[in-house]
Amino acid sequence: MSVLVDQHTRVMVQGITGREGLFHTRQMIAYGTQVVAGVTPGKGGEWADSVPVFDTCKLAVEATAANCALIFVPARFAADAMLEAADAGLPLIVCISEGVPVQDMMLVRPYLDKCGARLIGPNCPGLLTPGGAKVGIIPGHIASVGTVGVVARSGTLTYEVLHALKQAGLGTSTCVGIGGDPVNGTSFLDVLKLFEDDPLTEKVVLIGEIGGRDEEDAAAYIANNYGKPVAAFIAGQSAPAGKRMGHAGAIVEGGAGTASEKIAALKAAGVRVARHPEELPALLA
Amino acid sequence: MKLHEYQAKTIFAEHGIAIPRGRVADTKEQARDIAKELGGRVVVKAQVLVGGRGKAGGVKVADTPAAALKHAGEILGMQIKDLPVRKVLVDEAAAIKTEIYFGITNDRSARKPVMIASASGGIDIEEVAAQTPEKIIREHVDPFLGLRDYQLRHIASMIDLPREHWAAFAKIAHGLYNVYKNTDATLAEINPLVITEANQLVALDGKLVVDDNALYKHPELETLRDSDEETPAETEARIHGLSYVALDGEIGCMVNGAGLAMATMDIIQLYGGRPANFLDVGGGAGAEKVAAALRIILRDSKVKALLINIFGGITRCDEVARGVLTALETVGARLPMVVRLVGTNEEEGRKLLADAHMLTATSLADAAQKVVAAAGGAR
Repeated sequence: MSVLVDQHTRVMVQGITGREGLFHTRQMIAYGTQVVAGVTPGKGGEWADSVPVFDTCKLAVEATAANCALIFVPARFAADAMLEAADAGLPLIVCISEGVPVQDMMLVRPYLDKCGARLIGPNCPGLLTPGGAKVGIIPGHIASVGTVGVVARSGTLTYEVLHALKQAGLGTSTCVGIGGDPVNGTSFLDVLKLFEDDPLTEKVVLIGEIGGRDEEDAAAYIANNYGKPVAAFIAGQSAPAGKRMGHAGAIVEGGAGTASEKIAALKAAGVRVARHPEELPALLA
Repeated sequence: MKLHEYQAKTIFAEHGIAIPRGRVADTKEQARDIAKELGGRVVVKAQVLVGGRGKAGGVKVADTPAAALKHAGEILGMQIKDLPVRKVLVDEAAAIKTEIYFGITNDRSARKPVMIASASGGIDIEEVAAQTPEKIIREHVDPFLGLRDYQLRHIASMIDLPREHWAAFAKIAHGLYNVYKNTDATLAEINPLVITEANQLVALDGKLVVDDNALYKHPELETLRDSDEETPAETEARIHGLSYVALDGEIGCMVNGAGLAMATMDIIQLYGGRPANFLDVGGGAGAEKVAAALRIILRDSKVKALLINIFGGITRCDEVARGVLTALETVGARLPMVVRLVGTNEEEGRKLLADAHMLTATSLADAAQKVVAAAGGAR
């Protein structure tokens, strides 16, 4: 099985008529995901291929009973899209859009918490439950059905790891891309807890990077009798302090958030830490 | 995006924060004229977007307009940490009684703005935090409630600010919080905030860093960007929507995705090479972007070999390969290159590149070892 998404998930795509939104909607449907609605203000009543389009999230939910929002809108509309989805009562909101201002996220996150919505992202590749559902942009064919839970902060590096696992004959229960922004929805720690409770996830792979304290928080939780073996890779060992490495959150500030600190914390918690991504499958053996 | 001190202080003043009288000058003659206008003792301050300018000799006190002319002449054209000084700020010199630190920044763990204050102002706050953490006062602001007066009384009492200054401090703190909000800042800082001999609270120095992702809301701030402070490579990268950071090594890297780009740099280091840069070409990796990325990487004469690592996923690798070949033709690169492509049609992509006599690799480890060897072996 899996966490967060599966074949029963009913996805509503916000920004479905945009280039990215439509492209990935087609990919998701081809994978077998139930995409039940799209939202594009001003295009209600139209169709995106076989998916009905609505003007608002509330209308889409009323008509289709969607239970997961997936956001592809441009950055400047993303905060509004997340709030609208939460207001329409969607319990799971996945925001692929990147470039959301940090101060906007400081308002969005507490509001979503208040609504009881779980946010994945922003600036993330979404989720993939092989054989179940693909909610986001992770290529479906690079992962196979299995028992390794994968949680990661970045996009293509996650694909690299899924690919390496598959090459080694290891399948994935669910892959959760939590995103690389300084203020986001779901943390490593949140996903570790979900994997801990998922009977079909046997082992966990954590892919972190420089910046913030999310990996350290995860390590502290794992150290306290985490029930499943964890292997990890932390990107950015060669990154200098004070330089932002692409992701808004990937920066070593005031000497904190370095790769070596994170690796030390994870190792101390009993996590096997890979020197490079292709070493990960061997560490799960 | 970082703003210069003079730009930050102008914005501070617009929000009711007291700053010294002064103006910015491009030439030493202008600096002299400003000093004459201000009368009395002035400070001539280099305007560069790096710390440590005081230690580098970029801040000097002048008692006369002639001295301001002399100091400005020396400071203009100086290089501070490789950045040229093109402007100086000429401020009236303050008679300082006390120096305080006050700043507002994002606390990513708390997901809230945090005010940071210290009675030990005037020096690097990170040093104060490391040496004497008890001297740092932190107070979070609830973004829904905004900054409340009681919080400022708390800070004022904790930094032993004399009561006569509490009202002035509250005005400055509210002003700085409004600057932080109105500019989508990631850091708004006054260091030092001084009490003068005349018993006034004045922001002597100012730092403002704004969230690049929020610049669309503030087109007026974008006009303050100083592209002199970027290297030509960084400017070209920004224009093409590429994320580029120059490093000291000899192996150029072009990768799609920031996390994978870091991992690629790391594995080059693991096998004994040194990455020359971080470069994320982003999604798609079309010929035009690849060509721009190649030009940017090859500006760096230290680069001896290049590693292109594209994890295509859904992207077709044969198209990426054609993009790389077209880009190579237009750029005319002649150094060893290792290309690794993974994704749809990857074998066809590899064949196209192999036919063009490029080194190809299937795994990341293989690619890293090949490029380190091509650059002259492990150091």
